[in-house]
Amino acid sequence: MTAWDRTAGDGHAPPARVRLRSEPSIPLPRAIANGAASVETRAAVFDIRDMAVHYGSNCAVARTSLKIYRNLVTAVIGPSGCGKSTFIRSLNRMNDAIPSFRLDGQVLYHGHDVYGSRANRVEVRRRIGMVFQKPNPFPKSIYDNVAWAARNLGMRHGLDERVEQALRQAALWDEVKDRLRDSALGLSGGQQQRLCIARAIAIEPDVLLLDEPASALDPVSTASIEDLMHNLKHRFTIVIVTHNMQQAARVADRTAFFSLDTTGPDRFGTLIEYDDTETIFRGASDSRTRDYVAGRFG
Amino acid sequence: MSSAASPLVLGESGLFDPMAPLAPSGNLRRRRVVNVIVTATATAAALAAVAMLVIVVYGVLKRGISSLGVDFIVQNPSGLAGGGIFNYLLGTAEVVALGAAVAVPLGVLTGIYLTEFAGRRSRTAGVIKLALDMMQGLPTIVVGLFVYGLIVIPQHRQSGFAASIALAIVMLPLMARSSQEVLLLVPNTLREAADALGVNRWRTVLTVILPAALGGITTGAILAIARAAGETAPVLICDSLFTPDGVTTNIFHGVPTIPMLIFSSVELPIPQAIARAWGAALMLMLFILIANIGARLILARSRARMGR
Repeated sequence: MTAWDRTAGDGHAPPARVRLRSEPSIPLPRAIANGAASVETRAAVFDIRDMAVHYGSNCAVARTSLKIYRNLVTAVIGPSGCGKSTFIRSLNRMNDAIPSFRLDGQVLYHGHDVYGSRANRVEVRRRIGMVFQKPNPFPKSIYDNVAWAARNLGMRHGLDERVEQALRQAALWDEVKDRLRDSALGLSGGQQQRLCIARAIAIEPDVLLLDEPASALDPVSTASIEDLMHNLKHRFTIVIVTHNMQQAARVADRTAFFSLDTTGPDRFGTLIEYDDTETIFRGASDSRTRDYVAGRFG
Repeated sequence: MSSAASPLVLGESGLFDPMAPLAPSGNLRRRRVVNVIVTATATAAALAAVAMLVIVVYGVLKRGISSLGVDFIVQNPSGLAGGGIFNYLLGTAEVVALGAAVAVPLGVLTGIYLTEFAGRRSRTAGVIKLALDMMQGLPTIVVGLFVYGLIVIPQHRQSGFAASIALAIVMLPLMARSSQEVLLLVPNTLREAADALGVNRWRTVLTVILPAALGGITTGAILAIARAAGETAPVLICDSLFTPDGVTTNIFHGVPTIPMLIFSSVELPIPQAIARAWGAALMLMLFILIANIGARLILARSRARMGR
């Protein structure tokens, strides 16, 4: 249980194993509750400047500027089609495979332009890992799933320990330690998703992008993934896209609200408000944010 | 007519009555007859196709089974039409194996290029696909003639090697197309997962995509090999009819093969030679049938392992 001990060691209570979704009030984000340093003094991992994304002539995300801070969980919420996924996938260049994709402005990662001429997208993704909406384990054994990237990146030394460590951090070790050689496809959906998280953190990335990681899972699996995030943020910077507002309120320190701008002839996603989660949910300055978190649309 | 409130009028049967018994009404009786006729015709056509296979298999079995035996398989021929066909079996294996050794890697790599490296709108990929389809339709006698001009004439000698190259040309489009189709079945989410881990595409292809598609690629290879083993025209043109009676491993000279044995045997006015031709035909057919069934089993197993 070393992983749990280590992450619980710096003043945070170990999270409850299962938190019910029907919890009535919106809990305070942990970092704020514990009096964490205000964001202004934190280092920014991402400095996104005037980023706009087009698919062909269609604008998916309008000019957006925001900073994502180190060791915080940043949630991206908003209604369907508001460009949440496009936004997060632009951070590690997962949209490059789409032929008509075009990005304007700058995405600075520790001051380096992710889309700069010298930036290599394989290197970008090696540092900025991603977990997808649907669990997508490789058709290999549980062990090989976690070990695969490390092996291919030349991190062969102490592979067994690395795999164990990653599985422990993903809170999956106790469930799979006796069947590491079994196919990963035999795991349940929630276990597969935690395996995908273990696979992503096994190569020790700097940032973890989670694109609706719990939307295909049942409430119990969702709760275990949310617990995981509280522990993982001490080692990684986490950005999570979710259409579940309660989830954002539970796990995120900062929340960005995107919405669909339908005022003009074209519909496009746009950033409405970005602030501490507490502020977004209790005292948002924009009326659209207030309406959305109150459940009046979306 | 009552009012506009009852628009559900059913022809001669009068007003639509929801309370009537559930027996067929209106034109449903006629539709049921048409349905039976169409179903029967389609089923008969499907059965006729299967019957063709059964008739061919039965005909070859009936005439060839008498020659079949252990001696027929393990002995070399003796005299004009005596002994077995061992050297012919081995020769076919040599020629086809060499052809497969050329065509399978090239075909798989072509499939990999088309699915993994060429962009979705790549013009090069489009041209390659068109070329492969045209190659697949190429008459094999033309392929044989081409290799005759390419290899046999400069070497002044027909050879098993020339036949192998011709068979490789026959196999290549089959291999490339089947590889491409199988690789397309590998879920894109695996590529995305691998991309997100910062691993190069080539390593992903080698260690994730290919293993996932291995069953299907093996199936494609077996089917291509089975097709090549029975291919006659290229072998007839490129390989020599005058081959050693015994076993030969010199691929650069004439190599005895099954299709050529069948061809030359039925030309002989000797009943034993004709019987030998039937026996050889049965061997060839059995090989192709078993290869097909084996390929299907491998595919089914790999599908089950992929969880689909």
